[in-house]
Amino acid sequence: MTRPHDNASIARLLGPAGPEILCDECFEQLDVYVDAELGHADPDAAVPGMRAHLDGCPACSEEYESLRALVRQDARPGERL
Amino acid sequence: MRANAPATADSVAEIETLPSPMELQRPDAALTPDDATWIAALRRKDDAAIARLHELLQRASRFEVARRRGSLAFVRGEELDDVATQAADDALVAVLAKLDDFRGASRFTTWVYKFALLEAGVRMRRRAWQDREVVLDSDSWRGFADAAEQPDTAAERNELLLAIGECISGELTPHQRQVLIALAIDGVPIDVLAERLATTRGALYKTLHDARRRLRGRLAERGLTPEVS
Repeated sequence: MTRPHDNASIARLLGPAGPEILCDECFEQLDVYVDAELGHADPDAAVPGMRAHLDGCPACSEEYESLRALVRQDARPGERL
Repeated sequence: MRANAPATADSVAEIETLPSPMELQRPDAALTPDDATWIAALRRKDDAAIARLHELLQRASRFEVARRRGSLAFVRGEELDDVATQAADDALVAVLAKLDDFRGASRFTTWVYKFALLEAGVRMRRRAWQDREVVLDSDSWRGFADAAEQPDTAAERNELLLAIGECISGELTPHQRQVLIALAIDGVPIDVLAERLATTRGALYKTLHDARRRLRGRLAERGLTPEVS
């Protein structure tokens, strides 16, 4: 079991230091963020505050990872999304 | 309207209204003619278009269930199939209800997928915790203060841990403390806690966000600005 005073535990407790969007907006913008990332645009410019939220919210982060993996799976080799 | 969008269907004009910042950065983020035709058919409640959408949602929900099945190794395959099917069914309803919200700032398929991933993810988290007790008001936060008392803890870290414990104890509302401890210390999935407290993920995260901000503010007032990662 993780010791309650290690760096990871403190980071999880205090969450992201910078501004973040919240879960509802994260869901609204998740597709835009993922398509920007996989299209080699700057996802953090497209959706400011998304990265911080994903760092602070495990559930949204899981959905982000899944969406990215699924869209990647759809792409043909060499295709730029 | 984007200058280089393949706007060949009348429905495109209905779908695309104001350009988002995303579109301004990605002029190639076009709604394909096929998607525009498909969306128009969905608005007409065309059976074939809805069946195609459901098939896409099922693919996404099965994908999510397969990714998360490690956390549900004790659950039979048939039940997981049901989870995927129910998630796709509910996502279908959500997508059709929100169709007018789609602005073409991403691929239509990417936009659609997220609904099924959300539904499947929530179900999988709740199923994994179905038989587990969620202890509210646990005293697990005292671990911070306890750790500060260990002789091998450096003085600076000692001060931080003690301050964290004091702030959790004295600076948060009871609800903030309850939510912070459950989500950020005890590791209760947010969708599970939302179900147990009859609230929403968004409302809980807002509470967590406010609690974290308050904690950080109080630590900063004490000259403690933990840079942890």
